[in-house]
Amino acid sequence: MSDSSTADEVVSEKPKVSKIHEAVIRIAGNSQDGIQSIGGFLARLAGRSEQEVMTFMTIPSTISGGPSIFQVRLSSGEVLSSGDEADVLMAFYQHSYDNHVDFVKEGGVILYDTSHVEPREDLQEKFRHIGCPISSLTVEAIGGTAKDKGKNIFALGLVARMFDLDSTRIEGLITERFKGKPESVTETALSAFHAGHGYPLTTLAEIYEFEDPKARDTEQVVCTGNEALAYGILAAGVRYGAAYPITPWSDIMELLRRELPKYNGIFVQAEDEIAAVSIAIGASWGGRCAVTGSSGPGIALKSEAIGWAVMAEIPLLVIDVQRGGPSTGMPTNVEQSDLNIACFGGHGDSPRVVIAPSSVEDCFYTAIEAVNIARKYSTPVIILTDQAIATRIEAFGMPNLKEVCQDISPDLSPRDDHKPYDLSSADGITQHVAPGTFIKSGKYPVVTGLEHNEMGHPSGSPKMHTDMTAKRRSKLQALGRELPKPEVFGPEEGNVLMVGWGSTQGSLREATERARKTGDSISSLTIRHINPLPEGLEDIFSGFNHVFVVENNDENLYGYGQLCALLRARYCDKKIQGINKADALTWRVKDVLDRVKSKLEENK
Amino acid sequence: MSATAEVERKPLTKKELAADKPTWCPGCGDFSVLALYFKLLQNRGLHHEKFATVAGIGCSSRFPYFVQAHGAHYIHGRALPFATGIAVSRQDLDVFVFGGDGDAFSIGGNHFNHCARKNVNLTYCVMDNNVYGLTKKQTSPTSPIGFKSKTDMWGAIDKPINPMQQAISAGATFVARTTHTNPKHLLSMMEAAMDHKGFAFIECLSECTEFYDGAFDSSNPRKGGEFKEISEDHDPTDENAAYALAEELVPGYFGVYYQISRPTKQDKEAEVNSKFLEKTKGMEDWEILQQNFNKMK
Ligand SMILES: Cc1ncc(C[n+]2csc(CCOP(=O)(O)OP(=O)(O)O)c2C)c(N)n1
Ligand code: SF4
Ligand SMILES: [Mg+2]
Repeated sequence: MSDSSTADEVVSEKPKVSKIHEAVIRIAGNSQDGIQSIGGFLARLAGRSEQEVMTFMTIPSTISGGPSIFQVRLSSGEVLSSGDEADVLMAFYQHSYDNHVDFVKEGGVILYDTSHVEPREDLQEKFRHIGCPISSLTVEAIGGTAKDKGKNIFALGLVARMFDLDSTRIEGLITERFKGKPESVTETALSAFHAGHGYPLTTLAEIYEFEDPKARDTEQVVCTGNEALAYGILAAGVRYGAAYPITPWSDIMELLRRELPKYNGIFVQAEDEIAAVSIAIGASWGGRCAVTGSSGPGIALKSEAIGWAVMAEIPLLVIDVQRGGPSTGMPTNVEQSDLNIACFGGHGDSPRVVIAPSSVEDCFYTAIEAVNIARKYSTPVIILTDQAIATRIEAFGMPNLKEVCQDISPDLSPRDDHKPYDLSSADGITQHVAPGTFIKSGKYPVVTGLEHNEMGHPSGSPKMHTDMTAKRRSKLQALGRELPKPEVFGPEEGNVLMVGWGSTQGSLREATERARKTGDSISSLTIRHINPLPEGLEDIFSGFNHVFVVENNDENLYGYGQLCALLRARYCDKKIQGINKADALTWRVKDVLDRVKSKLEENK
Repeated sequence: MSATAEVERKPLTKKELAADKPTWCPGCGDFSVLALYFKLLQNRGLHHEKFATVAGIGCSSRFPYFVQAHGAHYIHGRALPFATGIAVSRQDLDVFVFGGDGDAFSIGGNHFNHCARKNVNLTYCVMDNNVYGLTKKQTSPTSPIGFKSKTDMWGAIDKPINPMQQAISAGATFVARTTHTNPKHLLSMMEAAMDHKGFAFIECLSECTEFYDGAFDSSNPRKGGEFKEISEDHDPTDENAAYALAEELVPGYFGVYYQISRPTKQDKEAEVNSKFLEKTKGMEDWEILQQNFNKMK
């Protein structure tokens, strides 16, 4: 807990109250303990209290359980990452204790379940250990039948007590959460919460109180990246989609399946990913940009069809929530290793648009941006997120939905004539007319994956192939010219520029701030538009001695991660170098800085 | 939808319906299917913009280029899911899908089963020549055992699939068989398929004169064969009877094997939606979304 500033002394037998600025709480147990829901409650509570919040979780890929953690970082100020070290570890089992004790800050608190955990003697000095018979007290509070259920809510009560959180609000959240379930369920949960909250934390010397956060002008919402992206898709006006389930993408399809009926839309669960992308493309041909999505293995299956959409120039939104790969890989871990398949995973010359949102909030707005690019340039657009951004919870300002929601219904007004693949169109941009459109000339277009003439009929002419290939390329070059130049975080000139994409933005920014505090000349840059790249990056790079591309992927055969290789190919600048790791975990701030340091050493 | 209703429009002529000159080999069975598709559209007075023609890849799948209407030439084997996309999102259109036996039952086999089971409202005509035409004579999933192809030079050894039985067991609600050598029958099957609400599947024997000449002579009276029409006694709602009738592959029987009425994919989705739409009636889209965001406060 940073800044234990003003410590108000309170009456002697009561614990000391310390004002804190932020706290990182890691809850470790098994997935069936409802670890995620404690984290969810804390995150939501923080959002309502106008606190900044960021969470991080790992869940096992098998449903029958297995170790699971949820880490939440709450702050009265800005939160960039989920935090390297925990101020508090709540350990439900011995394995939770053993595996996570190293993540606790020296002097931090370890709250453990005495029914399952035997704390280590040699660590008694280093951490403040507080035992509580969480399991047995939960059973006592809510009755013997509950078994392991309810332990999470009991633990939530303990945390609420420790951080002096607003228990009335938490009660409200609990009641909301179980709305629609029998009343007894809510009552049981509340009993568990009260039991935890009322537990005399006798060995706890302090309780903590958050400083009042700065008031905001907008309301906050709290959700995961997957939720933000799914709602963004709805805001963008998408009403049809299809997919096949796969972790960590499934949440999005489930949400769309649940919500689309309200808008008279349809989300189809397809028999496989090839069918899914094909259904989405068929619906897009119908005149309204549709969505499909998956994670790595499914994206591989979709690639032939995406190539068709490139060739036929059909707008399409494709979501890739990356996980550890290749193959089935590490389904519930993070990795940024699908950049290549997103940008280049097609046969033939098949340029497509790839965008990587860098925060939960960005997921929402990127969905809208992507749909608009797909429509304007008549092209597939792939949004690359990853397991970390998909599952973490962040708070952000309530979007102005009235303003951002858009209607993208097809325009079926009659045309005099229509040439879908008009070579003289500005920047080579195709605009299709959807089936259902009456064309007075009586000449109707065909959309096709064969090389074609301007009406979409097959052409084997070498000149036509050259011209059409250039057309498909030049429209994306036009897009590249239109993209905003990204902004450097930190000064625009200095020694090191760390470049990242997607979910690592927070860690890189926090690393930048930390380094600058100690006098190191480091800035960072997030590239959201991966393909095409925005213009002006070379100007940005010219302000630095070193450009280190920090990625959550392997250094590959030649020492460069996937974005790094793309940037080197694009700018042929040898100061662009890679900092990579393939442990399928998020980047810790400390590790980023250590690696920058050693990279600088190597370059000496 | 389109602003063309002002004047009574005459049914299209064959000339108005024809686009590119077909690239099929002389004598190819696919010509009849195209000619009768034109006839169907004329008979039903369907105008260019009222329907969509979709196909995968193969000789037969080149179909959309020859039809003057909105068409899509998609990828090999995936015409059905593509057509599902247009059929569920644009229910104002009649959707027709054409393709070959390889497209339908080999690379697209899984889609065939699922499209049938979901009873997506569209018409699917498979031009079955028992061979891969476009890629020049490889064994197809309907090639009979013993058929000598470039991939089975000593004769095909794998058991061919039975399209009628597969369609019935997968849950298709209209299953019929016809042949390019009997235009009258072919047209009547197309009409019945189009009138059917749900997944209507026609297997049309369509001879590949280039690579499997004479494949269907046994069903062609002009070649000494017999055109065996399904008898009037057959009850097309009797699944077991239909399945039994389909036992023989070539020449086999012609007509409607199976037809039942079951809510379509589109109907089922509409039923789900109607419950939600009651609640969101009169609301702007952003107001619906706002409800979700309010819950995340
Ligand atoms: C993914 C993919 N694999 C293979 C091919 C090559 N290919 C094109 S058509 C075809 C088979 C066509 O046979 P069928 O579907 O029976 O159609 P026909 O030509 O006989 O009408 C094959 C293998 C392809 N185009 N795409
Ligand atoms: S190869 Fe066979 S199927 Fe193809 S066009 Fe020629 S005759 Fe018809
Ligand atoms: Mg064939």
